[in-house]
Amino acid sequence: MSLQTLTYIVVGLSFALYIGIAFWSKARSTGDFYVAGKHVHPVANGMATAADWMSAASFISLAGLIAYLGYDSSVYLMGWTGGYVLLALLLAPYLRRFGKFTVPEFIGERYYSDAARVVAVICLIVISFTYVAGQMRGVGIVFSRFLNVDISVGLAVGMGVVFLYAVLGGMKGITYTQVAQYCVLIFAYTVPAVFISLQVTGVAVPQVAFGSDVVNGGESLLTTLDRIVTDLGFAAFTGGAKDTVDVFFITLALMIGTAGLPHVLVRFFTVPKVRHARVSAGYALLFIAILYTTAPAVGALARLNLTTTIQTGPVFEETGNLRYEERPGWFRTWEDTGLLRFEDKNGDGRIQYYNDANPEFAERAEANGWRGNELTVDRDIIVLANPEIAGLPNWVIALVAAGGIAAALSTAAGLLLVISAAVSHDLIKSVFARNISERAELRAGRISAGVAVLLAGYLGFNPPGFVAEVVALAFGLAAASLFPAILLGILSLRVNKQGAIAGMLSGLVFTMGYIIWFKGVFVEPFAANVPGNWLFGISPEGIGALGAGINLAVTLIVSALTPAPPAPVQALVRRIRVPSGSGS
Amino acid sequence: MKKLSYWGENIRLIAILLAVWFVISFGCGVLLVDVLNRFTLGGFKLGFWFAQQGSMYGFLVLIFVYVVLMGRIDKKHRVSED
Repeated sequence: MSLQTLTYIVVGLSFALYIGIAFWSKARSTGDFYVAGKHVHPVANGMATAADWMSAASFISLAGLIAYLGYDSSVYLMGWTGGYVLLALLLAPYLRRFGKFTVPEFIGERYYSDAARVVAVICLIVISFTYVAGQMRGVGIVFSRFLNVDISVGLAVGMGVVFLYAVLGGMKGITYTQVAQYCVLIFAYTVPAVFISLQVTGVAVPQVAFGSDVVNGGESLLTTLDRIVTDLGFAAFTGGAKDTVDVFFITLALMIGTAGLPHVLVRFFTVPKVRHARVSAGYALLFIAILYTTAPAVGALARLNLTTTIQTGPVFEETGNLRYEERPGWFRTWEDTGLLRFEDKNGDGRIQYYNDANPEFAERAEANGWRGNELTVDRDIIVLANPEIAGLPNWVIALVAAGGIAAALSTAAGLLLVISAAVSHDLIKSVFARNISERAELRAGRISAGVAVLLAGYLGFNPPGFVAEVVALAFGLAAASLFPAILLGILSLRVNKQGAIAGMLSGLVFTMGYIIWFKGVFVEPFAANVPGNWLFGISPEGIGALGAGINLAVTLIVSALTPAPPAPVQALVRRIRVPSGSGS
Repeated sequence: MKKLSYWGENIRLIAILLAVWFVISFGCGVLLVDVLNRFTLGGFKLGFWFAQQGSMYGFLVLIFVYVVLMGRIDKKHRVSED
C-alpha cells in the first residue's frame, strides 16, 4: 500500500474516532458546555490538559528547536513544564473551589467589577486567537505534505472536524476527544523516537538513549554530536549562545505565561473536587513530560542523523560530502515542499552544510573551496521528516501525520471553547443580556464557537506574517496580565479592584509596548531587536516576566492606598482557600 | 512556636516546594549550569541534564508531593471533601 493511501486511512480513522466521541458526548446544559458538567476524572482531565496544552508547536516545532538551539532550547523545556508547578500549588485548587465557569468570571467576582472582567476577557481573546492562528497553520502544513492536498482543503477539513465536536459537544465533547487525541499524538511521537534511539544507541528508552554511547564509536551521543557540529563551525550542542539573564527571564516568562493561559486554567474547573484539581495538574504534567523529556533525544538524534547524512566523511576531504545526485528519497520529497533547499554555490555537485556565519570557520572553508553553506533546512520538518530520515516503515510516517493533526486540532478546540465561553458567558450573559435563559445562553455559546472557528479558519488561510512574533506576545500578556491578578486575588485579602485594574493594565501596556517596540507586530519596529538595545538584557520573549513583576508591584501599591475590598469579597477569598466548609 | 492555621501550613508547604522548584530549574539549569557542567551524569554534563531532563522530573515529583501532603493537612484540619 502506498504511503499516501496509508496516511489517508490512519488520519481518516482518527477523524472518525473524534466525531464519534462528539456525538456520544453532546452537551445538554451550559454546565456541560463550559465545564463538562464538572464530572471529568482527574486522569482524563490530565490527558485532556496535556493535549490541550501540547500544540502543533510542541509536536512539530519543539524537537526542531532543540536540534538547532541545543542548550538554549532549555528555556522551552523548563518554561513550558515548570508552569504546572505554579498551577498546581498556587492557582488550580482555588479556582476549582471558586466553582464557576470561566477565568474572567473569577476576576470579575474577586475584584467586584465588570470593568476588571472585561479587561480579562480582552486579554483572553487576544491570547487565544494568537494561538489559534498558529494551530491552523500547523494543520495546513501536515495536510499539504502528507495528504498532498491543497492547504485550503486541509484547513477546511480540519475546521469542519473541530466545528462538529466543539459546537456540538462544548467542553464535554472537547474533553473526551482530547483524551483520544492525546493517545494518538503521544503514540505517534514516541514510536519513531524509540526506533531511532535503538538504531543510533541500541537503547530503546529515548530519555536514556540521550545520555548513552552511540553504537559505533563508543563515545556518548552528546559528545559525538558536539564534536560533529563544532567540526562544521556550529556552536556545541550542549553549550549555549544566549545570555544567562535572558535565559532566566524567558524561562520565567514562559512558566508564568503557561500558568496564566485561560484554556489551561479552565480545564481545572471541570473536575469534581478540589483535590482532583491538584492531582490532575500532576497527571497533566506527567503526560506532558512524556513528550517533553523525549523531545531533546529526538532533537539530538535528528541533528546527528541529518548532519552525518550530508557530511558522510571527514570535513574538507573531497569525498567527505554527499553528492547531490545521490541524495536520499526523503530529501527529494521535502525539497518539493520548499522547506529544504539546496544551492550548489561552488559547483562541485556535492552538498556542503556548515555554519558560514562563523567568520573563523568560513575562512577555513573558503580556503578549502567551499563557497558558503548550501543547504537550508526549515526547523519544522525535523519531527515530520525524522521517520523518513531514519528509514522507518510507512505506517510510522502515517502515524506521525495523524499525531501532528491531533496536536493541532486539540489545542485549537480548547482555545475556541474559552473564546466562546468568554463571549457568551462573560460578555453576553453578564454584561449585555443578564436575563437570557440557559437555553439561549447555550445557543449563544454554540454560535460564538462557530464564529470563532470561522475566524480561526480565516487566519489559517491568510496567516498574518507576524504569527511567530505574536506568540511571544501571547505568553507575555498571559504572564503580565492574568497570572498576577488571579494569584494576588487568592493570596491576599487586601488587594482590591483599583489595584487589580491598575496592575493588569500596567502589566499589559508595558509588555505589549516592549514587544511592539522591538518586534513591530502591527507597525514598524522602533528599535533593532538586538541585545544592546534591550532593557537589562531581556529579550521581548522574556519581558512578560518583568511585566508580571510590574503588575504585582502596581497592584500592591495601589491597593494599599485605596480602601480594602468589601466584607463579602474577603469572605469569598477565605472560602476558596479551604476545600470544604465555610472557611476560617 | 505558634501553631499554624490551615492556610498557614499550606503557605509554608508551598514556600518550601517553590524553593526546590527554583533551585532545580533556575538554579541548576540556568544560573549554575556552567559549574555543574564540570561534572557528568552517565553520558550527560550535569547542568545540561538538569536543564533538559532533571528539572522536569523534579517538577513532577513536587506536584505529587504537594498532593499527598496537602491531603494530610486537609484531613488534619477537617476540611477534606470526603
